[in-house]
Amino acid sequence: MSTTAPERAALPSVARVSRTRAGVELKEFFRQRESVVFTLVFPVILLLGLGAVLDYDLGSGVDFPQYFMAGVIAAGIVGASLQNMAIHIAGERSDGTLKALAGSPMPKSAYFVGKVAQVVAVTIATLLLLLVVGVLVFGIDLPTGADWVTFAWVTVLGAAACTLLGIAVSSLARNSRSASATVTPIALVLEFISGVFMPFDQVPGWLQDVAAVFPVKWLAQGLRSVFLPDSLAAREPAGSWELGTVAVVLAVWCVLGLLLCIRTFRWQDR
Amino acid sequence: MQKDSLLPTTRTLAAGPEREPLDPDAAISIRGLVKRYGDRAAVDGLDLDIRRGEIFALLGPNGAGKTTTVEICEGYRDRDAGEVRVLGVDPARGGRRWKAELGIVLQSGAGDSQLSVRELLAAQASYYADPRDPDEVLELVGLTEKAGARGRTLSGGQRRRLDVALGIVGRPRLLFLDEPTTGFDPEARRQFWSLIRSLRELGTTMLLTTHYLDEAEELADRVGVIAHGQLAEVAVPTALGGRGTAPAVVSWTEGGARRTAETATPTAFVAELAARFPGEVPDLAVSRPTLEDVYLKMIGDRS
Repeated sequence: MSTTAPERAALPSVARVSRTRAGVELKEFFRQRESVVFTLVFPVILLLGLGAVLDYDLGSGVDFPQYFMAGVIAAGIVGASLQNMAIHIAGERSDGTLKALAGSPMPKSAYFVGKVAQVVAVTIATLLLLLVVGVLVFGIDLPTGADWVTFAWVTVLGAAACTLLGIAVSSLARNSRSASATVTPIALVLEFISGVFMPFDQVPGWLQDVAAVFPVKWLAQGLRSVFLPDSLAAREPAGSWELGTVAVVLAVWCVLGLLLCIRTFRWQDR
Repeated sequence: MQKDSLLPTTRTLAAGPEREPLDPDAAISIRGLVKRYGDRAAVDGLDLDIRRGEIFALLGPNGAGKTTTVEICEGYRDRDAGEVRVLGVDPARGGRRWKAELGIVLQSGAGDSQLSVRELLAAQASYYADPRDPDEVLELVGLTEKAGARGRTLSGGQRRRLDVALGIVGRPRLLFLDEPTTGFDPEARRQFWSLIRSLRELGTTMLLTTHYLDEAEELADRVGVIAHGQLAEVAVPTALGGRGTAPAVVSWTEGGARRTAETATPTAFVAELAARFPGEVPDLAVSRPTLEDVYLKMIGDRS
């Protein structure tokens, strides 16, 4: 057997390995019952539960399920991106999956492409599920016309910011359990003070100010503009949907999240 | 230092300014490697050459610098001083092409997965230019029947064989095996050893770290003992610590009592002994220090 270096075929392209990684990530997610229930089904349960129990009129003919649709979609996006990334990447780091990948010739960018593909698929599945249940069970009014465009960019920007934050936060946790124990309560608190579960104008002013620092509030506000009639914009703190500010704040969080990822991402436990 | 009196017959690698240059033909060549964690030097001026095609076993107690050395070679850790070449490349600068020449079986294994054994291997294979056929690799490691099983349902021994399968599917020229058989039952270890031997026949160079001295003796062409961050000795397993030329111990029963004698010429001694007895020498045994004896002596003298 020759031991001199033979000329080897070219390594597979980044695009090809990225496709493999996307397939791996989708299988890893959808085959794990806990993640499917936790991420996909939990928002639906929230919608069904709170939608059935809470029944009040917000004015302009808007009932609670119509209001909550925006909130639960925001919660679904946060679950599919921030919580999903933080918990699963922390697990992959603690069990040696990331270390093994780092030692292989897999292009590192392909790993992140795979994660993005997973977030996209899970987010779309979550949104579809929520919209179908919302329409069939509660007769939710779907967005019309330009609201779909707003829906799309708010979702993309919000999911991007939360994905990057989730990847960054994963480096703080020792394993997936500790990631879950830290990230889940934080996400819930942010959702509570961001008007996800109750009308934002019922949140105390100082908590509104706290919420305004974080992306969840802006994600939820952007989604409210999609699902609520414009007459309800008057109940927002600025008296309008502030879509420009929504875009700027979410974009700034994307940049911050990316910088945090670059600074903190580790392929192995210390 | 007791070093010289301890190791009279085998080569002790020199530490000091008169180091040999890096060996460009070696699979791994290390000179003066230093890695510090805080004030403590985990690796403290280590020299090592591993030839292409050989199985080299690195022995040493926990904390001696084994894993640190191996992980520097694998590109996982940076170093504080010294020169390292792995397949001719500095691991601190090794890119994808270099990594494609390596196979790494980590102590921690490959982690949990929802993918089947075959899917895991196919994904791993897709990172390489010229991978082995995943089904052939499964056959080689004896996991064909488990091809459709999810990774997490495998037994400990099966998981380790999966780790090895993932390590070799890229057709590596150099395979790192970090404590590959920890937790195996004796039967599984024997099977694993024959797997390693068949890989050797395929021309794969292997760097093995292990706590099991019988494993090192069984598999390795040469063993190196690491202690206090330096390579104490490199030798073929039968010669480590002067085993090959250490006095043999001859023991037998004579006059109702157990007798023993140390001798440098056991053949002559036994011939003499045979002449004194009419038939068989009662309870005759000739032994030399085991690898474990010399290993424990070596690391004991250093700690």
